[in-house]
Amino acid sequence: MSTATHDSPAGLHLPAAPHAAVRPASTGPTTTTSGPTDATTTATTHAPAASSAATTGAPARSSDIPPFPTGVQKLTFAKAITLGLRRALADDDKVLLMGEDIGRLGGVFRVTDGLQAEFGDDRVVDTPLAESGIVGTAIGLALRGYRPVLEIQFDGFIFPAYDQITTQLAKMHYRSRGRLNLPVVIRVPYGGGIGAVEHHSESPEVLFAHTAGLRVVTPSSPAEAYALIQQAVTSPDPVLFFEPKGRYWEKGEVDLDAPATAPHGDAATGMDTARVVRAGTDVTLVAYGPTVTTALKAAEAAAAEGTSIEVVDLRTLSPLDTATVAASVQRTGRCVVVHEAPVMYGTGAEVAARITEECFFHLEAPVLRVGGFHVPYPVAKIEHDYLPGLDRVLDAVDRALAF
Amino acid sequence: MSSSGLPHADLTPAAPGARPTGSPSGSTAPAAPWTPAATHGGPAAAPVLTTDGRAAAYSTSQPSSAQSSSAQPAFEGGPLAEEGLVQLLTPTGERVAHPEYDAYVAALTDDDLRAMYRDMVLVRRFDTEATALQRQGELALFAQALGQEAAQVGSGHALRPQDHVFPSYREHGVAHVRGVDLTDVLRLFRGVDHGGWDPVAHGFHLYTLVIGSHTLHATGYAMGVVRDGLVGTGDPEKDTAVVTYFGDGATSQGDVSEALVFAAVNQAPVVLFCQNNQWAISEPTTRQATVPIAARAPGFGIPAVRVDGNDVLASYAVTAQALERARSGGGPTFVEAFTYRMGAHTTSDDPSRYRSSEQEEYWRRRDPIERLRAYLESRDALPSQFLASLAAEGDALGEHIRTTIRAMGHPSAASMFEHVYATPHAGVEAERAWFESYESSFLDRPGHSEGSHR
Repeated sequence: MSTATHDSPAGLHLPAAPHAAVRPASTGPTTTTSGPTDATTTATTHAPAASSAATTGAPARSSDIPPFPTGVQKLTFAKAITLGLRRALADDDKVLLMGEDIGRLGGVFRVTDGLQAEFGDDRVVDTPLAESGIVGTAIGLALRGYRPVLEIQFDGFIFPAYDQITTQLAKMHYRSRGRLNLPVVIRVPYGGGIGAVEHHSESPEVLFAHTAGLRVVTPSSPAEAYALIQQAVTSPDPVLFFEPKGRYWEKGEVDLDAPATAPHGDAATGMDTARVVRAGTDVTLVAYGPTVTTALKAAEAAAAEGTSIEVVDLRTLSPLDTATVAASVQRTGRCVVVHEAPVMYGTGAEVAARITEECFFHLEAPVLRVGGFHVPYPVAKIEHDYLPGLDRVLDAVDRALAF
Repeated sequence: MSSSGLPHADLTPAAPGARPTGSPSGSTAPAAPWTPAATHGGPAAAPVLTTDGRAAAYSTSQPSSAQSSSAQPAFEGGPLAEEGLVQLLTPTGERVAHPEYDAYVAALTDDDLRAMYRDMVLVRRFDTEATALQRQGELALFAQALGQEAAQVGSGHALRPQDHVFPSYREHGVAHVRGVDLTDVLRLFRGVDHGGWDPVAHGFHLYTLVIGSHTLHATGYAMGVVRDGLVGTGDPEKDTAVVTYFGDGATSQGDVSEALVFAAVNQAPVVLFCQNNQWAISEPTTRQATVPIAARAPGFGIPAVRVDGNDVLASYAVTAQALERARSGGGPTFVEAFTYRMGAHTTSDDPSRYRSSEQEEYWRRRDPIERLRAYLESRDALPSQFLASLAAEGDALGEHIRTTIRAMGHPSAASMFEHVYATPHAGVEAERAWFESYESSFLDRPGHSEGSHR
């Protein structure tokens, strides 16, 4: 396959990175999304809600801490999350960030860059190198009334914490008959395309979507990331927040003044809903996280050949907004699901089953899936043959149309 | 077992004779916390263990030739050694003096001691009733606290109302002391609830069945107590500590080691209370460790103390000291209460397959309730009126347990959909709606009996 037809994740263009964990964040960004390049607005000081500096012992802002930006800004995906976390920290002094290397270093991806300097090392906490301990102590802190936001350094490192997440975090509310809430957010950089070593490119999201008691969301753009992270922090339920690390350095417009919306419910901007991000009439492409950009590019390419593709960004895997997907498929009659995670027992299987149940008489073709194979994540030199690129997506669209 | 070649073999005393030799029953050993010097000198300081809370140092830097001295190694005899246990009551109920811990029990009146005795007797009655109810089919399973009443009631009595407990699943004695109605504990074992009580109201968290997981919750909760500014204020109504209970088997779990790490580096006000009851279902403590369990903690920078867990006074005193350290900002303490699981692991277990009746008989003669009874009798502090009243109270508890259990009823099937999330979840709601519709489709639904509604 020629690379020219691939979707181009940011990481492809990076200098060779023998170990993504030590890759300086400043090597990105390399690609941008569409939109005006001069969309920045004048940065004015903006007091993000009730400043808690006085009550939490956070250091007074020094002159090198930039004021909170306002208006519509063009930001990288990573920076959008940074600012979302910054607002969350400022809005509620019970919010604290915990993780490995998130303080002075700002995280291996620099997502927490500058937050410890602003909020202090008791609110942006460098933890011992122990994922189970991070999640387990966060459960205790949540029981004491805090809202921990955790960073797991890489997708493949979440498994030492898997027991705490699935047997404890997910079940405490249920086990206590609603007496105890655990408002814990676990941020997980996930997905491939960055040329990383083993265990740094995986997509384990369905393991958590399969576990009752957890909410699982994943943003697809900087604007989504900025909003969703704030909603996740305000949710009374535990939230697995999967960040497509291959998109960290892509830019998009973010309205930094957008009001924080309620995390749950039917609101189109809420955390529980999927969203149609491109309207079309012939095929519905269902994607989430890193593959939304891929799907949009596929729609662009297909349009040039006269095929109209509708793209649905799931945004949330638990709950799964079946209604939005079903409404789309009832319009198009065809559905292709795209994700980086292995197809077998994956999100695509769940979507296919539900669409078959709910849209059987609207379907012109079976629901098709495009994703990773049932193999361990391969070595970096061939990862783009593993990942669902533009060609494989368009191939599936063609097969759906051939029925 | 021999200590030769064990990891602790080089932890030899710098000052021979600083700790007593011999005394296998611990009857005279004035043992006290093994305090790591690293707590004071930071991680770079050499690990030094003291055995008397004052000066005796055991350093890894000691020349190996010291092993040939006549002094005892710090941890003689492996994980089941009884030497070095803090003890205030001998197995026959004689009070022995202890320079460090006498102060913690000096204020206890005969009324206080009778209160402990009462709690231990009632918890044992609970064990007996619950076991019988399981045999009658009223409970799916039960795990007795039998034999561990002193460790649980003694440590529980050292708690203050604002303290918070994270138990494992056998801490019925602590639950009782924390005011949990023991029939609520049986909701879990009957299968009508995964929890059963209000953990906030009682300062007593729900039981945790995944071994060791809750030690991290306790540590995190204690980190939150520090954030709340509730250690070291000097106000006894405010200063707060956390205790987590776990067993010898749990110490092999990674989560317990991680809890020790987080507790140490955060100086969390948590007491890690290990009941070494010598059996993790069928595996003896020698399958979990080669040195006393308490010996692990100093390596993390956490002071540790071994206590005779069948001695309610010593269990109280040691816990009181550890709680005092936690509340005052002195950080975590590891307590190993050496005791014995006199009963089976659970009602599904059969100890005759893996341990001898001689061992069980040996520990029956060291019954923790009999020990306190003998002591109180020697003080002429167990009047017949008290005993009669307690016997009546036990009978009333038995009656309360039997009637309450049988009246617990059957949870509605649809209740399985409740409290999965704190906010509505479309997936759960859709399945609940389908299930309720399905259930209501049966014509004979009204008045159905279990298993017959289809």
